[in-house]
Amino acid sequence: MIRFEHVRKWLGDHWVLEDVSFEIQRGEIFFIVGPSGTGKSVTLRHMVRLLTPDDGRVMIGEDCVSTARGRELERIRTRFGVLFQSGALLEWLTVAENVALPLRELTELEPAAIEAQVREKLELVGLPDAMDKYPSEISGGMRKRAALARAIILKPEIMLYDEPTSGLDPVSARMIDALIADMQAKTGITSIVVTHDLHSALSIGTRIAMLFDGRVIELAEPAAFVQSQVSEVCEFLDSQYITRRGDWERKAL
Amino acid sequence: MGELTALITREPVYRPPADTRRSELGRRVLDLVRNCGQALLLLASAIGCMRFIFQDRSRDRIVQQMFACGIKSLGVITIVAMFTGMILALQTGIELRKFGQEVNIGAAVMVSLLREMGPFMTALILAASVGSSFAAQMGTMTVSEEIPALELMSIDPVKFLVMPRLIAMAVMTPLLSFYCCILGVIGGGIVGATQLGVSWTSYIDNATRYAENKDLYVGLLKAFFFGIIITIVACHEGFATRQGAVGVGRATRRTVILSFLLILVVGYIVTRIFYI
Repeated sequence: MIRFEHVRKWLGDHWVLEDVSFEIQRGEIFFIVGPSGTGKSVTLRHMVRLLTPDDGRVMIGEDCVSTARGRELERIRTRFGVLFQSGALLEWLTVAENVALPLRELTELEPAAIEAQVREKLELVGLPDAMDKYPSEISGGMRKRAALARAIILKPEIMLYDEPTSGLDPVSARMIDALIADMQAKTGITSIVVTHDLHSALSIGTRIAMLFDGRVIELAEPAAFVQSQVSEVCEFLDSQYITRRGDWERKAL
Repeated sequence: MGELTALITREPVYRPPADTRRSELGRRVLDLVRNCGQALLLLASAIGCMRFIFQDRSRDRIVQQMFACGIKSLGVITIVAMFTGMILALQTGIELRKFGQEVNIGAAVMVSLLREMGPFMTALILAASVGSSFAAQMGTMTVSEEIPALELMSIDPVKFLVMPRLIAMAVMTPLLSFYCCILGVIGGGIVGATQLGVSWTSYIDNATRYAENKDLYVGLLKAFFFGIIITIVACHEGFATRQGAVGVGRATRRTVILSFLLILVVGYIVTRIFYI
């Protein structure tokens, strides 16, 4: 469904991505992990053409997003929902108004129908009581859940998550993981998650790609990922106290 | 409107430091040309979005912006306009009294306010208050990824953010300028009546005898251009913001400085076209 073909990207004074190639299948929860500064978010931004590759291309189904312009790019982007690291909620709108924004701007639905959908999505993410609050009045975890409700309100085919659990306490982080897994189970949505949180990746991911120095150094299912012999992967697993002795178990959420 | 998507969220540009002063100068010139081009494209895009002006949601946003940039500026414009008229009347009146011509302060105040001072003072106030607030808001939205988020939701930031502000400022700046002129004339009349011994009747009679309709129209036209300049400079600088809070501060400062400069230059050009 999403295919990176030999993508290279030069930013500043170095190659952030060097010959990155992988393919994501429909319905996957695909994790891109790695230490900070290895090109995870840059990879994600190529999928919606917030960045353009210097070499190679990114295909979304049959569409080449790397060369798309104008209306074609707009059409491709409508297939995506994006959860930014900061949530990117509009600060002068309430949570409900933020979630309703895509419906108000892009559809001709009646206010009552919009309100019903907003209520449904906010209940899905566990925020039915925060409808009338402003983003500055709610916690970081609640902001991310509100942003998630906004991202899914137009029922996208593909969801991109940029560090969805960063800055959250473990309970909130696992709640976000559960939401991602739950949405995939209920709607079959394809999810791509950028994170350095291996616990999330191993718990709910279908496959995990590890980026290091702009290259994919490992791409495997969670069970195989923890057994990887690549030294950088071993070091990354060790840094999060994840054992590779075979006693790791995938936790069902 | 699809092309606009690429216009707002631009890829970061990294460049090594220039080797020589000449290359640094060349780079600055190129940056200036590029910024001018991008600002003009933004203006063209916003004008293109005006076809949505009659949609309910667009109309609501325009009214909100008119209130924010127009009504909320009334207080400061009232004070500035009154004192500008009073100072003008006092300065010219003191000199004219030496020749026994103090009755002519009406014409001096009215003509200078209508032609230049009214639109100019209004524009400076709006650039400093409304323009800087536009730039800070757009800049904060850019660095906190709200602008890319809008684009990825297929909500055009130009239609959503720039067009309502542009219309609001294009309408409200001439209106505020007119209001500024009226209060300035009243301020001048107060000084004339209380300090220079010029009666209200002769003051108004003198003012209306020498001022022409053209002075009013050209002044309003200037104010219209100033409103557009302030909005486009502020939104362009806001969208170009990089590097967090420091970048927002820089965008705000650049907006005020560039707006002031452009207001002076465009004010001169319009005067040159209509009066020579």
